Amino acid sequence: MEKPTSYESEDHLNLKATELRLGLPGRDESDKQSSSSVRNNKRASSEMEGALDVENEERDCAPPRKTQVVGWPPVRSCRKNCFQPKKIEADASGVYVKVSMDGAPYLRKIDLKVYKSYPELLKALENMFKCTIGVYSEREGYDGSDYAPTYEDKDGDWMLVGDVPWEMFSTSCKRMRIMKGSEAKGLGCL
Amino acid sequence: MREDRPPPTPSRGGAYSPPPPDQVLENVLEHVLQFLTFRRDRNAAALVCRSWHRAEALTRLELFIGNCYAVAPRRAMERFRRATAVTIKGKPRFADFNLMPPDWGANFTPWVTFMAQCYRALEKLCLKRMFVTDEDLELLASFPSFRELVLICCDGFGTSGLAVVASKCRKLRVLDLIEDEVTDDEIDWISCFPEGETCLESLIFDCVECPIYFEALERLVARSPSLKKLKLNRYVSIVQLYRLMIRAPQLTHLGTGSFSPSEIVAQGDQEPDYSSAFDACRSLVCLSGFREIVPDYLPAIYPVCANLTSLNFSYANISAEQLRSVIRYCHKLQIFWVLDTVCDAGLQAVAATCKDLRELRVFPIDAREDSEAPVSDVGLLAISEGCRKLQSILYFCQRMTNAAVIAMSENCPELVVFRLCIMGRHLPDHVTREPMDEGFGAIVKNCKKLTRLATSGLLTDRAFSYIGQYGKLVRTLSVAFAGDSDTGLKYVLEGCPRLQKLEIRDSPFGDSALRTGLHRYYNMRFLWMSSCRLTRRGCKEIAQQMPHLVVEMINGEEEEVKDDYVDTLYMYRSLDGPRADAPSFVTIL
Repeated sequence: MEKPTSYESEDHLNLKATELRLGLPGRDESDKQSSSSVRNNKRASSEMEGALDVENEERDCAPPRKTQVVGWPPVRSCRKNCFQPKKIEADASGVYVKVSMDGAPYLRKIDLKVYKSYPELLKALENMFKCTIGVYSEREGYDGSDYAPTYEDKDGDWMLVGDVPWEMFSTSCKRMRIMKGSEAKGLGCL
Repeated sequence: MREDRPPPTPSRGGAYSPPPPDQVLENVLEHVLQFLTFRRDRNAAALVCRSWHRAEALTRLELFIGNCYAVAPRRAMERFRRATAVTIKGKPRFADFNLMPPDWGANFTPWVTFMAQCYRALEKLCLKRMFVTDEDLELLASFPSFRELVLICCDGFGTSGLAVVASKCRKLRVLDLIEDEVTDDEIDWISCFPEGETCLESLIFDCVECPIYFEALERLVARSPSLKKLKLNRYVSIVQLYRLMIRAPQLTHLGTGSFSPSEIVAQGDQEPDYSSAFDACRSLVCLSGFREIVPDYLPAIYPVCANLTSLNFSYANISAEQLRSVIRYCHKLQIFWVLDTVCDAGLQAVAATCKDLRELRVFPIDAREDSEAPVSDVGLLAISEGCRKLQSILYFCQRMTNAAVIAMSENCPELVVFRLCIMGRHLPDHVTREPMDEGFGAIVKNCKKLTRLATSGLLTDRAFSYIGQYGKLVRTLSVAFAGDSDTGLKYVLEGCPRLQKLEIRDSPFGDSALRTGLHRYYNMRFLWMSSCRLTRRGCKEIAQQMPHLVVEMINGEEEEVKDDYVDTLYMYRSLDGPRADAPSFVTIL
């Protein structure tokens, strides 16, 4: 009766999900339910958000570190965001930011809290938009790739991602835009 | 008599002739039908015969569109030419929880464009989950009689749209912004209300996450003698609240804003007598806000507690003890929203005092599936024992038992809405370790008036057999992470005779189950199934067999070949076929 809802990133075969196992995910490993677990073909709807949804269901491991499934529990973001510990007064940027990429048909949203550093964030963006952003350098920006990640800060200015310390970035970032092509190259030459 | 009735047939020779018989009938009908207000009654009357249909259409003043894509604006507005109040609902509810990509649709623009031609006399508009632009608001503001705007869970507009509404709607009485996403265009929209006395009766903007210019608000309140409802956003401090309250003691509904000082208040600082401001509001019956509450200020509200029928503490991080100090005075309370920080003990205090409670909502301060929620079956049981008149409950928790749910089903027979959210997925009864089937079964069996149900926790197909069999009046059913197989969904689709809205996520229901509902999809408003076991082929079958059903497949990312399962199925009946504004990630089968 339980459905394993784990998946790994689309690059890997989803071997865990095809494994037969007994028991419920996570919390209650000792409880044996007799139904067989069924092959999970679902991609979690978390892809819409870009958040990770990884569950470790090994029975003999410590209780899994669960990252959140999208939209569960069903609490609207205006309520959820009220009690985030990192929330700053007045000018609060919020935790979810919109990310647009030049040429993409629709925007995505990511939760900056999930990431602890720039490399993590850039990797996630590369996965989400199927592009290569490359490595940041103070001198060259993101020269070497066709894309440059930029963000709008609290003052409404468009900045290159990577110049300021992570903490400062994640609290002042209001939205992001992955710039492409000549515009991006131009930034790299600044 | 309405002036714009169709004129009587002209008579010959200039002499007066009485109107022909069917004209008389129509006149009488129109008079009589004016008394019908309930939508259901009107819909029934319209089915009697052609002339009743016509008369009803001409006398319907309130137009309700439950799904903006079920009918084209033109068709709706041409039938009901004289409606002056319109309500339109757009996106399905699961869109609130980020289960739908942005820019899916529910655009208000086509509606307002048509209204600008057909409904210039529009007075009231209520939109829920629609995408509304600033330009739409600007167009609305040009309607000369427009006086009431209520936007619930909408987005797409900003403070510049609000500024236009404020400045151009001379007759505006109601501006209610409820849980909307409003962009900060850095315009002081409050200052845009015209000078001089306003006819404002209700101004609700607690969801607007932009600072406001307080002095303008104070002047606005001072010149709005009819203002009864005022709900402030969290940028209004408690000192500012005081200044507003003393100018508006006639308020019946108050949202207090932050309920904290804007700066650190030192010991011995001269602070206003907040309690006296509350004391002066003799008519206050509904209190909310407390967005950043400093609990030291709670005693200020004591003077109004005895009169309160509605209290919303759902943003207030307070303890059981702090709640107790307030709730013990609230004997008349009927609606109570609260955070789970008050724990089971807080709920016990509510149960002890609020004997008239009709609606309870307990929200989690930490809305994650593995959080330590401090409320449990203990709180639920206490409420069921103390609040026998309970009609509606929304309860977030981690630990629940069948026994407590069964007790509630027996103690609270008036329940119309039962929404239990056990946040950890697939969690069983935490004492017996059994599925939550029996608890939900008891709810549908014992609560004969139940129309809305939301399930959670570990549930087998048996739970659905109960729901299908006993949920005779259930109109709305929400299911998440539940059931074993197609059989579960089949039970529901073959039962629940009044089912209108069915939303399911992450449950193992597939094409075979979907097929069993063919006989009833035209009688439902919508079906939502995300992350289930539906295939494209299965959905296509439905689409082919039911031409008036719009079957949308919504994908999170672009079409993936390796995985045959549909991300999200959203289907609904429509009189006007598939919509023209579907974005690229939506495939209409």
